Amino acid sequence: MRVKQVSVFAENRPGRLQAVLTPLAEANINIRALSIADSADFGVIRMILSDTETGQRALKEAGFTVMVGDVLAVQVPDRPGGFLSAIVAPLTRAGVNIEYVYAFADNPLEHALVVLKVSDLAKAEKLIG
Amino acid sequence: MPRPKLEALQLARLQTKVREVYERVPFYRQEIRKRGLTPDSIRSLEDIRKLPFTSKADFRDNYPYGLFAVPRSEVVRVHASSGTTGKPTVVGYTRGDIELWADLMARALVCGGVTPSDVVQNAYGYGLFTGGLGIHYGAEKVGCTVIPMSGGNVKRQIMLMQDLGSTVLCSTPSFALYLGETAKEVGVDPSSLNLRVGFFGAEPWSFQMRVEIEEKLGLRALDIYGLSEVIGPGVAEECECQAGLHIFEDHFYPEVIDPVTGEPLPDGERGELVFTTLTKEALPVLRYRTRDITALHREPCECGRTLVRMEKVTGRTDDMLIVRGVNVFPSQIESVLLEVEGVQPHYQIFVDRARHSLDEIEIWVEVSEAVFSDELRKLEALERAVRAEIESVLGIRATVKLVEPKTIQRSEGKANRVIDRRTI
Repeated sequence: MRVKQVSVFAENRPGRLQAVLTPLAEANINIRALSIADSADFGVIRMILSDTETGQRALKEAGFTVMVGDVLAVQVPDRPGGFLSAIVAPLTRAGVNIEYVYAFADNPLEHALVVLKVSDLAKAEKLIG
Repeated sequence: MPRPKLEALQLARLQTKVREVYERVPFYRQEIRKRGLTPDSIRSLEDIRKLPFTSKADFRDNYPYGLFAVPRSEVVRVHASSGTTGKPTVVGYTRGDIELWADLMARALVCGGVTPSDVVQNAYGYGLFTGGLGIHYGAEKVGCTVIPMSGGNVKRQIMLMQDLGSTVLCSTPSFALYLGETAKEVGVDPSSLNLRVGFFGAEPWSFQMRVEIEEKLGLRALDIYGLSEVIGPGVAEECECQAGLHIFEDHFYPEVIDPVTGEPLPDGERGELVFTTLTKEALPVLRYRTRDITALHREPCECGRTLVRMEKVTGRTDDMLIVRGVNVFPSQIESVLLEVEGVQPHYQIFVDRARHSLDEIEIWVEVSEAVFSDELRKLEALERAVRAEIESVLGIRATVKLVEPKTIQRSEGKANRVIDRRTI
């Protein structure tokens, strides 16, 4: 399903992650998923929040550059080949590119949750839900 | 030449030149008429004060050929230097100007003790920059063996310096230091080199730096001065007394003015250096404001020359930087950043002279929502694009660092965009 992902630009220096997480905690927002893409000088912190709008506002007020976009959150069987057969193969066949992914096991051995950013959201949603 | 004779020559040349620009350059005709003057108004050298100033903005407003006094078909060469925006400052030369320039450069080199038996290694940049070809034609005129190295390639420069037996080095002072340090690193003892004298300019350099260059390279380090709008290098040259630079005032009439009021200042007082070209054909200029700060001294020099001396230039009246010998205006950087869609004009420029005495520019650019992407590669592409555009406009490489919003200090009034951390 489609979910809103909040992305924040942060410089790659000590204290920045703390600076991002603090206003969220203070606004009583829960982070459902988080990943950081890093380069030498900066990183992009990507989060799925319990309350996207409030979270975005809190971060902006704290002075961060914030962007909200759509990603897909899909459940896959938590077993070998699960991700491959349920998501990667169908998308590849359909010519949909996966820009980035982060995944984690939700209820162990039942299913894992995969968050993906894709090149064609509508198409992907139809294919893998 | 005794001073009274020199001054008579200057007046005659000035009168001819004022008439010429009045007749051939619409910009000057307008400016002269505006002041209720005609070419006949110049009766003495002091009357030069009645004439209008020329500034870099006038070059920009008349880009590219608007200030030329001859048809373009007579211009055999153009050079360009940094403008304050995306467009460079264009200058031009007739065949006669090229000859004059070569003569003046030869004079400058001989002033520093160069003879036809010298081997001149020219490490000033060849191309649109006036340094490379300017020095080259002068050294060839003297009859030296000229090595057109241009800039960069420091290890190759050292190798050829040894193999070809260079006796004269022409480069920016920071490159000379870099050469000296690299020579040490690769195990070349500078005293084993044949270098005897060097002509360093295109950027300001302190007395302290002179001592370092002389020690590191085992040569006498002389200051050379010029600017493209006036002709290029070859406007003024330090003699072996190393007590100021002799201005070739038979061709370039100097004044020092108060940069705020425009009033001429007496000899010995520091102010902005202004030049009027007395003999150039393609692009004569009246009272061009260099933005360089210096003072003039007319007391006779121990070398015997009667040409007025200017003090070593140590400062400017504007915000122009000189980085690795290249003029950089913060406004050029700003114009690039504003072209990138969504980039806020919040930037900071850091200039450092880190390892190896080469100047480095780092530009911090704030990431606003308009340019933010959650995809790393898009941000990296933005960084690369800005870097490439900066290099294309400035002519030198700069590092670009994306920073969080509000990282850069906001200020009331004019923002101080440049933090120059170089100490010498």
